[in-house]
Amino acid sequence: MRVPILRLGRVLLTSILADLTDDQAIQLQGEILALVRDDRADGAVIDISGVEVVDSYMARLLNETARMIRVMGGEAVLCGMQPFVALTLVEMGRECLEMRTALDLEAGVEMLKATIADRDAGRPAALVPPSA
Amino acid sequence: MCDRQVEKTIRLQEDIIGARQAGRDLARAAGFGTVDQTRIATAISELVRNALLHAGGGLCRIAVETTEASATLQVTVSDDGPGIPDIALAMQPGHSTTRGLGLGLSAVRSLMGGLSIESRPGRTTVVTSMTRRR
Ligand SMILES: Nc1ncnc2c1ncn2[C@@H]1O[C@H](COP(=O)(O)OP(=O)(O)OP(=O)(O)O)[C@@H](O)[C@H]1O
Ligand SMILES: [Mg+2]
Repeated sequence: MRVPILRLGRVLLTSILADLTDDQAIQLQGEILALVRDDRADGAVIDISGVEVVDSYMARLLNETARMIRVMGGEAVLCGMQPFVALTLVEMGRECLEMRTALDLEAGVEMLKATIADRDAGRPAALVPPSA
Repeated sequence: MCDRQVEKTIRLQEDIIGARQAGRDLARAAGFGTVDQTRIATAISELVRNALLHAGGGLCRIAVETTEASATLQVTVSDDGPGIPDIALAMQPGHSTTRGLGLGLSAVRSLMGGLSIESRPGRTTVVTSMTRRR
């Protein structure tokens, strides 16, 4: 199964509709990161409403994806997590999932845009080049 | 009183999904609620992934015993891999020999309410069980 990635302006949207194998998850990660890296997107909203199991491997992959997007100057938001998946993740340990989460795709896109806007608002000061 | 059992061979990544689906189905049939089904499926995912990742594959047996008052589900994952030299260490959250989160085994313990591991070199057996009353 291949997971399609849609674009809404400079935001990537992807809905994982079923549990993925490890390779499928890694492929999706690679595709998202490539789009952000090639500066074709500012971030990604990942909808996991169709995912019934997030184990420690999947949690690590999601964390890693978010971290790498951030390193490239973007943001990532997770949305649509099933309540029983959320509960299970909490029980597995606090350190498990470190991603920002929103209720649904719409809220996810809003959160992503707000985060990017906040960050950009604070950017000029941070980007003043050191006087060489 | 009703007993059911499923055995799944773990050789490919797809088998991880198959095993946890089988566990979820058995749990649902035995009357476990959605949250418990997810706990069980996630724990199975951790155990069979360990067998695949750390031992190259294994066998997953899921057994349910249902009585009028309660249901017990037991997951046993065994493999012929390298074994776990220090079981207490392996179960500690954050310990991983493969750059994982190292949360798998400790997660299984909290999700299933219990975990016992038996291991000797060349043979690792993981047994875990869970009970629910109705
Ligand atoms: N079936 C097994 N055979 C051999 N070693 C194992 C097995 N299961 C677990 N281990 C050892 O125990 C350690 C801890 O396992 P655990 O599942 O907690 O973490 P992990 O698999 O390393 O990472 P994670 O599950 O968070 O992705 C592993 O790193 C590995 O060294
Ligand atoms: Mg593991």
